Amino acid sequence: MMGSRVGWRRRAAVLLLVAVSLSAMSATPAAAAAADSVEAGREAEQHTERISGSAGDVLEDNPVGRLKVFIYDLPRKYNKKMVTKDSRCLNHMFAAEIFMHRFLLSSAVRTLNPKEADWFYAPVYTTCDLTPAGLPLPFKSPRVMRSAIQYISNKWPYWNRTDGADHFFVAPHDFGACFHYQEEKAIERGILPLLQRATLVQTFGQENHVCLKEGSIIIPPYAPPQKMQAHLIPPDTPRSIFVYFRGLFYDTGNDPEGGYYARGARASLWENFKNNPLFDISTDHPPTYYEDMQRAVFCLCPLGWAPWSPRLVEAVVFGCIPVIIADDIVLPFADAIPWEEIGVFVEEKDVPKLDTILTSMPIDDILRKQRLLANPSMKQAMLFPQPAQPRDAFHQILNGLARKLPHPEGVYLQPGEKRLNWTAGPVGDLKAW
Amino acid sequence: MMKSLLPQSQLRRSAAAAAAARSSGGGAASGGADGAGSDGGAGGRVPAASTFWFLLHALCCLVSLFLGFRFSRLLFVLLFSTTALYSSTSSSSSSAVLRATTTTTTTTTTTTTTTNTITLSFAATANPPPSTSVNYSALDSAASGHTQSHVVVGRHGIRIRPWPHPDPVEVMRAHRIMERVQEEQRRWYGVKEPRQVLVVTPTYSRAFQALHLTGLLHSLRNVPYPLTWIVVEAGGTTNATASLLARSGLTIVHIPFPDRMPRDWADRHTTENRMRLHALRVIRERKMDGVIVFADDSNVHSMELFDEVQKVQWMGAVSVGILAHTGTADQPRLSEEDKQNMPLPVQGPACNSSGQLVGWHTFNSLPFAGKTATVVGEAAPVLPRGLEWAGFVLNSRMLWKEAEGKPDWVKDLDAVGENGEEIENPLTLLNDPSSVEPLGNCGRKVLLWWLRVEARADSKFPQGWVIQPPLEVVVPAKRTPWPETTAALSSELLDTKQDQEDRRLSRTNRSSQSRSTTKRKGDVQGQQN
Repeated sequence: MMGSRVGWRRRAAVLLLVAVSLSAMSATPAAAAAADSVEAGREAEQHTERISGSAGDVLEDNPVGRLKVFIYDLPRKYNKKMVTKDSRCLNHMFAAEIFMHRFLLSSAVRTLNPKEADWFYAPVYTTCDLTPAGLPLPFKSPRVMRSAIQYISNKWPYWNRTDGADHFFVAPHDFGACFHYQEEKAIERGILPLLQRATLVQTFGQENHVCLKEGSIIIPPYAPPQKMQAHLIPPDTPRSIFVYFRGLFYDTGNDPEGGYYARGARASLWENFKNNPLFDISTDHPPTYYEDMQRAVFCLCPLGWAPWSPRLVEAVVFGCIPVIIADDIVLPFADAIPWEEIGVFVEEKDVPKLDTILTSMPIDDILRKQRLLANPSMKQAMLFPQPAQPRDAFHQILNGLARKLPHPEGVYLQPGEKRLNWTAGPVGDLKAW
Repeated sequence: MMKSLLPQSQLRRSAAAAAAARSSGGGAASGGADGAGSDGGAGGRVPAASTFWFLLHALCCLVSLFLGFRFSRLLFVLLFSTTALYSSTSSSSSSAVLRATTTTTTTTTTTTTTTNTITLSFAATANPPPSTSVNYSALDSAASGHTQSHVVVGRHGIRIRPWPHPDPVEVMRAHRIMERVQEEQRRWYGVKEPRQVLVVTPTYSRAFQALHLTGLLHSLRNVPYPLTWIVVEAGGTTNATASLLARSGLTIVHIPFPDRMPRDWADRHTTENRMRLHALRVIRERKMDGVIVFADDSNVHSMELFDEVQKVQWMGAVSVGILAHTGTADQPRLSEEDKQNMPLPVQGPACNSSGQLVGWHTFNSLPFAGKTATVVGEAAPVLPRGLEWAGFVLNSRMLWKEAEGKPDWVKDLDAVGENGEEIENPLTLLNDPSSVEPLGNCGRKVLLWWLRVEARADSKFPQGWVIQPPLEVVVPAKRTPWPETTAALSSELLDTKQDQEDRRLSRTNRSSQSRSTTKRKGDVQGQQN
């Protein structure tokens, strides 16, 4: 009798404690919401607007404490040696893999104890093999990746435990982990079979495409933050260019007849709008490129050989509304950033009607998009600054990884169970590196 | 060996086919093993068949040559494929035709999706044809493991609309969008509370007044802030000035000043200063609130000036470009060292590296010594004296008797200029000239230009620039019918004119002109008669 009464009191105390803590927890979000609404009221008078995507208002989340990442210590030949061989890797648009590694090495989410890690990271720089002109050659990348995976599966037990399902890799190349710059060949190869279960952090994203796996995290391409910072002009400079674009329309070297490059969309742009005074488009590369973007209302971001380009990052940083002409493209951090509200999406078949589309947009939409773009979290989320700053792209990647936690049931394999086929893929890939 | 009981024609056909399959020429020799008997019979037919295929081959080559490989393939697809749309890859159907003759390379790879779009697509230099695009897409969903994207890889047509020119309605809409965007930009990043601008202009009626005032009027109309234009006119208000000002649509305060404007530049300078002081007293009386800008009627102002002066607290100074106008052809010949030592023709504040006012740049008038104009309208350079009022801006509250926060380094306006002392520049309004704020990026940006251009004092100009009464006819036009001129006058004029023409023609060639004049002469004389 005594015992049960004591137990009852203890249980009541526990229940009371839980109730109090729950109410406290619910109070703080309510207070936060109240504070938020006051802030939102103030912000409505200001010139920015809060951004919340399909995953909620997550751009400003702090990943520290929500996940732990263990970094494999791979031999220098997989990473550092490539950079010392050609340091141009640090400046081109694929440099995100290098900077992600450097960020994670000194980040608070890093753990040196693999037993408590949620995610495992293998720093392999697959896009650092450059031609003399500076373009990355993807021909050895599958072998490099395979060799790295063989190394980590032999040296540590964690790969075999899940066959890579709690590992992530950064693959910033044209078509991600398909490791080819030509779309037809990339589709033919498909994603490297060994990466079938791993999470891929890549710049390429197109719906229903072979090279985009379910659960991949799409990131923006690397654009040098200091260079963009150095070219800022006063924000009250009036925006007097309606539509701005600088780049190729015809890739005469690789596609002289036209029709392959950009699926004919860029050529269509040129033919329809080269004489239109509202469209400032040309292949010229002026030194005032960044300043001109800040004086434009709309910046075109059409696809090229691949659907993504650093133009999106530049447009967002400079407050120019991006006009995305790439069918079925998946944009960076699509669950955190509501891109339909921020940019204008034009289908490739509607390019001849682009001027009608843009001029018939209601002015309130345009102003709202500019307000969203002016939000500093938006600009921060697109950049890879060194050293890392809160809410930048590195943190958004970690937020994305944290949102995938806890790992679902199928991640951990039964002992002896194997899901990956180590001999799949073209024969050339099986050669050692 | 039993000979196959094939009809002769079949034997021939098979031999022909076998022959053709190997090579177009020399087919007869390979058909040796079987059909030896039919050799003789088939021998006559083989050349015909091979020539047929040879001719077909040649035809295809010619077509390819003129239309290009892709078009010729197109042509054969259209000719020979029955189920055109959504059939198997079109190149395979065309290759069925061409297999025997040419080595076609199939453009499809079996694992990828291909689009053979038959569009009359753009050739690099030709005129763009209409943009019809028909997609012949071969979807090979077996290759990819999941739902096929409707975005296909491969060659696409370049869509060009038939009239790729801008639509004027859309252009207007775009401009309205840009206007609205710029308005928002000004609201977010521009001046938060725009203050009224009070523009003080001394003027007087003379030939160039309309020129100067029209320019200034248009500049002030473009200022995006509320503005009051205080015009002080020497010699009392005149209708000419008033009508000019009325057309501006701005808020005008037209103040008469009793004295007439003198003809001497030095005296004119002093009178202008007194006129400005008069205006300041009016501002004080009426307690007008805003930023005072001294805009002389012949000066040229940039729009950035008016944005910059919104930042002034009490008294600010801007850089003024000095345009010393030389009216004559003989410019002062400057020696080489003069040219090198020639300072910038700018008057304005000078700052040190931390952005504080340390002194003033003034215009160096030494190179022009002795060659300046003394009388208004003289064709010689007109130079500023010391510091011009145009380079200073005041907060009108500085002039009020009582104003909140009015600094004590400002003299009271009444104490200035009453004892007959002349006011050279606004610095005399201050006790402490070092508290002036340098504007325009610390004087580095020149925001307005000072210029003095006048016609001779005795220049005539029509009242209000309206031609009233109509001008007298001096020379009648040749072809227009001229109303009522007296016969005597016209004949006299015509005679003199024709004499002149004859003299001219005798020197130059005789063309139809001479014929026409003689004709006209005849005509006129006929009329007169």
